[in-house]
Amino acid sequence: MNNIIKRYIPQILVILFVVLIFGFLTLNAQTNMDNRGIDFGFGFLSQESSFDVQFSLIEYSGSDSYARAFLVGLLNTLLVSFISIIICTILGVIIGVARLSSNYLIKNSAAWYVEFFRNIPLLLQIFFWYYAALRALPMPEKADAWFGVTYMTVKGYYIPSMVWENLNVFLYCGLAAIIAIIVLRNYANKLRDTQGKQIPVLLYSVGLLIVLPLLSFLFGGVSLEFEIPDLKKLSKISYIYEGGISLPPELIALVLALSLYTSTFVAECVRAGIEGVSKGQKEAAASVGLTPNQVLKLVIMPQALRIIIPPTTNQYLNLTKNSSLAAAIAYPDLVLVFAGTALMQTGKAIEIVSITMLTYLTISLTIAAIMNWYNKKIEIKEK
Amino acid sequence: MQTINFLKPNRDNIKNYSIIGSFLVLVSLIDVISNAFLKINLTSFLPGSLTTLFPLIIGLIGLNMMRIDYSGNKKLDLLNKNINTNNFNALLTLLILFSIIKALPQSLSWMIFDATISGDSKDACTGTGACWTYIKVWFRRFMYGMYPNEFHWRINTAFILVIALGFVGYFMKENLKKYLALYYVIIYPVIAYLVIYYLISGGSFGLQWVETGAWGGLSLTFIVSFFCLIFCFPLGMIFALGRRSNLPAIKYISICYIEFWRGVPLITVLFMSSVMFPMFLPEDFFMDKLVRVIIAITLFEAAYCAEVIRGGLQSLPRGQYDAAKSLGMGYWKMHIFVILPQALKLVIPGIANTFLALVKDTPLIFVVGLAELAGMLALAKTNPKWLGFAMEGYIFASIVFWIICYAMSKYSYNLEAKYKTER
Repeated sequence: MNNIIKRYIPQILVILFVVLIFGFLTLNAQTNMDNRGIDFGFGFLSQESSFDVQFSLIEYSGSDSYARAFLVGLLNTLLVSFISIIICTILGVIIGVARLSSNYLIKNSAAWYVEFFRNIPLLLQIFFWYYAALRALPMPEKADAWFGVTYMTVKGYYIPSMVWENLNVFLYCGLAAIIAIIVLRNYANKLRDTQGKQIPVLLYSVGLLIVLPLLSFLFGGVSLEFEIPDLKKLSKISYIYEGGISLPPELIALVLALSLYTSTFVAECVRAGIEGVSKGQKEAAASVGLTPNQVLKLVIMPQALRIIIPPTTNQYLNLTKNSSLAAAIAYPDLVLVFAGTALMQTGKAIEIVSITMLTYLTISLTIAAIMNWYNKKIEIKEK
Repeated sequence: MQTINFLKPNRDNIKNYSIIGSFLVLVSLIDVISNAFLKINLTSFLPGSLTTLFPLIIGLIGLNMMRIDYSGNKKLDLLNKNINTNNFNALLTLLILFSIIKALPQSLSWMIFDATISGDSKDACTGTGACWTYIKVWFRRFMYGMYPNEFHWRINTAFILVIALGFVGYFMKENLKKYLALYYVIIYPVIAYLVIYYLISGGSFGLQWVETGAWGGLSLTFIVSFFCLIFCFPLGMIFALGRRSNLPAIKYISICYIEFWRGVPLITVLFMSSVMFPMFLPEDFFMDKLVRVIIAITLFEAAYCAEVIRGGLQSLPRGQYDAAKSLGMGYWKMHIFVILPQALKLVIPGIANTFLALVKDTPLIFVVGLAELAGMLALAKTNPKWLGFAMEGYIFASIVFWIICYAMSKYSYNLEAKYKTER
C-alpha cells in the first residue's frame, strides 16, 4: 500500500500539474481569441497568399496558396542547409586532419582557424558577410569574370546554367553505374572472402562512373549546353546579368557563415575521432604488414568513423536549425516566409508558429531516430 | 630517383647543404616580402606565371636540401621535425608563410597605420584605412544601448554588485559551506534580480525609471545570459532527474520536454515568445518583452542543461546509488547529499559550454526588437550620419565577442582538465 502511494501519488500530481498548465493556457488563448475575433483553424493554408518571394526553387507567385509558400520556405531552408553541410564537411575534415599534422605551422593555423570561427556568434558572422564583406564586391558592369564564365557581383553570384537534352537518359546511366558499383563491390567482397583474391574496386568504380554517363552522351542522344550569364543594360546606370543561374547574396552570405562556423565543430569531431583510435591499433596493423594507406583505410577509418559520425550528425542538425538565422538577412527561408510574412498577413500566430516549430522538430527527430538506429548497428558487440 | 638525389644531404655534407638551403629559403622569403611590403617585383625578368611560382620553387628546393633525418645540429633538427618532414609538408609550410606575409601588410595598414581614431564625426575619416572614430563615438551606445548616458553608473554598479555577490561562496566559512548550493540556487538569483531590478530599472529610491526598451548593447547580453543561466540550471536539474526517474509519467514528460526544445531553433522560440506567448496569458496581464525573452531562452536552454546534467548523473558508478540506499536514504536525501554533489562537479565544464553557446545565442534577441550589441550595430549602420562603416562595426563586435567566448572556452577547458585529474 505504502509502495503504491509512493509510486502513484507523484505521477498523478505531475500529470495534474501539466494538465492544469495546459488547461490554463488554452483557456486564456480561447478567451483572448474570442475577444479579438480570431478563430483557430488551418483553413488559411489553402488561401491565396498574395505575396512574392524573391528566391524560390519551385514555381511560385502571389496567387499560390500559403501551403505552397510554406513549401517554398522549407525547400529554401533545405537548400541552404544542404550546400552548407557539404562545404562544412569538406572544410571540417581538412581542418580536423590538419590539427593532427606533425607540421607546427599547419597544426597551429588549423587550431587558430577553429578558435577564431567558433568563438564569434553565428549571427555576427552572417551580418559580417552580408553587410560588410559582400557589399564590397563590384557592381555587375565592373565585375571580372572568375574562371571566365562566372561573375561575383554585389547583386549575387552568376554561374552558367546547364541546358540538358534527354536528361533522363543521363540519369538512368548514372543510376546504372551506381547499381553496377554496388554489385561489383559485393562480388569483390565475396571473391575476397572465398578465394582471397583482391579486385581494385575503387579503380573500376571510378571507371564505371565516368564511362557509363559518357556513353549516354555518345549513343543516348544526351547533350549538354551551358548558358553563360550575359551582361545586359537595363538603363543608363543599371546593368544586370541575364541567363544562367543567379545565387542571391543572402544565400552566399548564409552558406559562408554557416559552413565556416559549423566546420570548426566538425573539425573537432574529426580530430576527436582520429585521436580516439588507440595507438596500439595502428601499431598492430603495421606489424601484420599493412601499408600506411591500408592501415588508414582498413583499421583507423572504420574505427574513427564510429566515433566521428554521431556528433557530426548532431552538428548537421545544429546547422539546419541555425539556418533559421536566415531571417536576419531576409533570405526567404521557412522562418522568414512562413513565420514572418505569412504570419504578418494572416495573423494566425498560434497555427503558424506551431507549424514552423513542428517542421523543425520533425526534421530533428527523424534524423535523431536514424542516428539512434545507426548507432545501435555499429555498436561494438562485445562478447 | 638517383637523379634528384644530388639534392639530398647526408651527415658529411649537411653543413654546406644547409647553408645553401637556408640561403634559397631566404631568397624566396625576401622575394615575397618585397612583393608584399614594397610592391617591388624582384623577379620581373621571368615570364608571367613563373614570377609568382619562383619563390615557391626556390623555397621548396631550399627546404629539400636542408632535410635530413638526424644532423646533430639542434636547431636544424627542430626545424626539420616541425615544418619540414617531407615535400608536401614543406610546400604547405611555404604556402602558409607566404599567405601570412601577403595578407599582413594590407590588413595592418587598414586596421592600424591608415586608420583614423581622432575627431568625433564622419568627416574625420578621410584616409583609406578603418574609421575607428565611428566605434569611439558609438562606444557607449554599443555597451549600454539607449540607456541614458547619465545613468550608466547604475548599470556598472549593478554588475559589480552582482559579480561580488557571486564570489561570496569563495569566502564563506567552512561551517556555512553546506548552505552553498542553497545560496547559489535560490538566494543568489533572487538577490541578483532585486539588484538589477532596483538599480537598472529604477523607479524607487529616487532613481528614475528606465524602461527595458532602452536597455541594450553588451550589457543587455550580459543581463540576458546571466539570468538565463541561473534560472535554467535548476530547471535543467529537475528535468535531468525526471528523465532518469523510474516513474513512467514523470520520465516521459521530461523526455518530451527535453526533446521538444532541443528540436526547434531558438529563433522560432523567440518568435513564439513575441507573437504567440501573449495569446496564452490572461487578459490585461502585461509581461515585459525582456522578461518574456528571458523566460523563452531559459526554457530552451534548460533542455540542453538537462542533457548535460544527465550525462553527469549517468557517469556516476552504480555503487554510489547502492551505498546511499543501503544507508537507508530516501530518493531526495540520496540525491541531495550523495548523487548531485558529485554529478554537478562533473558537469561544470559541460555547463560552461552550454553557457558559452547561450552567450553566442543572445544576439538573436534582435528578432523581438531588443537591441544588444549586434542590434545596436544594425541601428548605427543605418544612421544617416554614419553610413558605410559596417565593416568596422562588425569587426569591433567580433573582437568583443571573440574575447569573451575565447576566455570562457579556455576557462571551461581548464576546468575540464582540473576535474579529470581528480577522478
